[in-house]
Amino acid sequence: MANLSVNIGNLRLKNPVMTASGTFGYGEEFADLIDLNQLGGIIVKGTTRMPRQGNPYPRMVETPSGMLNAVGLQNKGVDYFVEHIYPRICDLDTAIIVNVSGSTIDDYVAVCERLNPLDKVAAVEINISCPNVKQGGMTFGTTCTGAQSVVSACRKAYDGTMIVKLTPNVTDVTEIARAAQEAGADALSLTNTFLGMAIDVERQTPCLSTITGGLSGPCIRPIAVRMVWQVAKAVNVPVIGLGGIMNGRDALEFILAGATAVQFGTANFVDPQATIKAIGYINDYLDRHGLDSVNQLIGALKA
Amino acid sequence: MTENKKHILDFTVRQNLRFGTNYALLKLMPACGELPPCEPGQFAQVLVPNSKNTFLRRPISICNIDRNENLLWLLVRRAGEGTAALCDLHEGETLNVMLPLGHGFTLHRDGTMLLVGGGVGVAPLFMLGKVLKEQGMQPEFLLGARTQADLLMLGHFNDLGTVHITTDDGSAGVHGVVTKHPVLTSGNMAHIACCGPMPMMRAVAALARQQGIDCEVSLENLMACGMGACLCCVEDTADAGNVCVCTEGPVFNINRLKWQI
Ligand SMILES: Cc1cc2nc3c(=O)[nH]c(=O)nc-3n(C[C@H](O)[C@H](O)[C@H](O)COP(=O)(O)OP(=O)(O)OC[C@H]3O[C@@H](n4cnc5c(N)ncnc54)[C@H](O)[C@@H]3O)c2cc1C
Ligand SMILES: Cc1cc2nc3c(=O)[nH]c(=O)nc-3n(C[C@H](O)[C@H](O)[C@H](O)COP(=O)(O)O)c2cc1C
Ligand code: FES
Repeated sequence: MANLSVNIGNLRLKNPVMTASGTFGYGEEFADLIDLNQLGGIIVKGTTRMPRQGNPYPRMVETPSGMLNAVGLQNKGVDYFVEHIYPRICDLDTAIIVNVSGSTIDDYVAVCERLNPLDKVAAVEINISCPNVKQGGMTFGTTCTGAQSVVSACRKAYDGTMIVKLTPNVTDVTEIARAAQEAGADALSLTNTFLGMAIDVERQTPCLSTITGGLSGPCIRPIAVRMVWQVAKAVNVPVIGLGGIMNGRDALEFILAGATAVQFGTANFVDPQATIKAIGYINDYLDRHGLDSVNQLIGALKA
Repeated sequence: MTENKKHILDFTVRQNLRFGTNYALLKLMPACGELPPCEPGQFAQVLVPNSKNTFLRRPISICNIDRNENLLWLLVRRAGEGTAALCDLHEGETLNVMLPLGHGFTLHRDGTMLLVGGGVGVAPLFMLGKVLKEQGMQPEFLLGARTQADLLMLGHFNDLGTVHITTDDGSAGVHGVVTKHPVLTSGNMAHIACCGPMPMMRAVAALARQQGIDCEVSLENLMACGMGACLCCVEDTADAGNVCVCTEGPVFNINRLKWQI
């Protein structure tokens, strides 16, 4: 059995396989199907200061090798999370990471402050990349000053490990990555969804209520791998790779490109057991290649 | 209703009974073990094999659990590529299915219950009728279809109780939509369970509301995960705002829905 554990800042994960925010609920939904304690980490649904109803239906449409979504951060708010959900999941033997979203800097800070005292929250992931909300979200993640202002404000409000989740919907993702690092990010995760659009040709209407939405799934993987590779070279904090990972092989693409850990998103909808299978695959891969630790693969791309 | 544990199982296609070119009744046997407990109105998320252009699982209602033969029945309408691949499955092929999902119909033990189905929406009503009959109730059915050829599983329904029929073209039963049928307009039932196309469910819901009849409908919102993880499938409710159809439904009492009817 090879060593699968990796470090994200001060946070030690038992393996590099985590689940992506918004695609795995609070983990509980999957408890019948997998042993959650085997996961490296669970990143829970985007959490905001106040409850949010999200966008109107329809919120999803399947597209070639992927899907568009326009959920719009529906969640019951951070107070509900702390009072009702946290007590149910805090005893899991995996890293519970809360995805923090907001419309204003004050919103982000309020959520971070509320989460700061919870000792079983392993880290926060600051989402400056949601394409499905009118204010805030992605707009913070598309400029260096925007990213810097949110991240430095959250840094003051949160003492633990802080991951910043980047949007791919920018011209040069490395600039934003550096800005987030300078503002105090302990790690960066990328990518969030790609802004996309699909049209019902018969009805001549958009498929989503919001017209545009976020593209995810294997169709985005090559772009996400390229961005992770670029960012890993540009920063010196750990990078968490995601975007279209369906299995262990795909996960290794990101790790070889420089990611310390990975997240499975849309894959959970197709195969709810994909994460567990991938952990087994990575372990076998290490054995097959005569390696004793997954850390030997991080950024090990021969190019 | 009890929370049934979810399973992901491989099934072997034992039989594919085709009804015309557009429908198939698949009888599937788990590759190993027994079928898990399932309730009428619950559904399955089916991974589509042999389909290059589909990606996500497809939600399909549980039509029947045949405990004697250990078979799961799925009734499928060819709607697009995914369901077409399911309709074209051959005996012996393997299918990966997650089930059971969602909350089904209420099993009423009082008063007459009318099960109203349209098109492929009759699928969950077969299992509902069967379970009601097993519990000593006498379910009645009102089944609507475009033409006689679109009336599915009639023989099976006849075995469960009285069946009333409407067709849009008058080729069988009463000419017109289900809400024109006297059994529905008479209002002589305590409960309605309805599954079919949206316009039909709205019309039935409107009639039920006028007549003060308790009514449940089974929604078919677009789904990604089918298990409450993605929040894509929401329906607006009077009591709780947007809720997931895949976990709180697919069956809802019409009083919860914000339909303008
Ligand atoms: C809880 C639930 C139970 C269902 N039970 C059955 C069943 O027992 N038998 C059956 O044949 N079908 C059932 N459906 C509908 C079935 O899931 C869709 O027809 C199927 O997903 C379409 O996939 P496709 O690849 O064939 O078509 P696509 O190419 O994806 O779509 C073809 C057409 O079907 C429409 N469509 C897509 N998804 C849905 C959907 N979820 N509901 C309604 N229309 C849709 C699209 O808008 C499009 O116009 C059910 C749906 C739900 C949510
Ligand atoms: C239905 C859905 C909901 C999502 N919700 C969130 C969210 O709340 N916060 C967030 O940071 N990312 C969210 N995402 C983005 C994913 O976490 C992930 O970044 C993206 O889907 C790309 O990865 P994938 O291709 O593996 O799915 C969501 C994605 C989907 C498909
Ligand atoms: S389909 Fe994902 S929550 Fe219902």
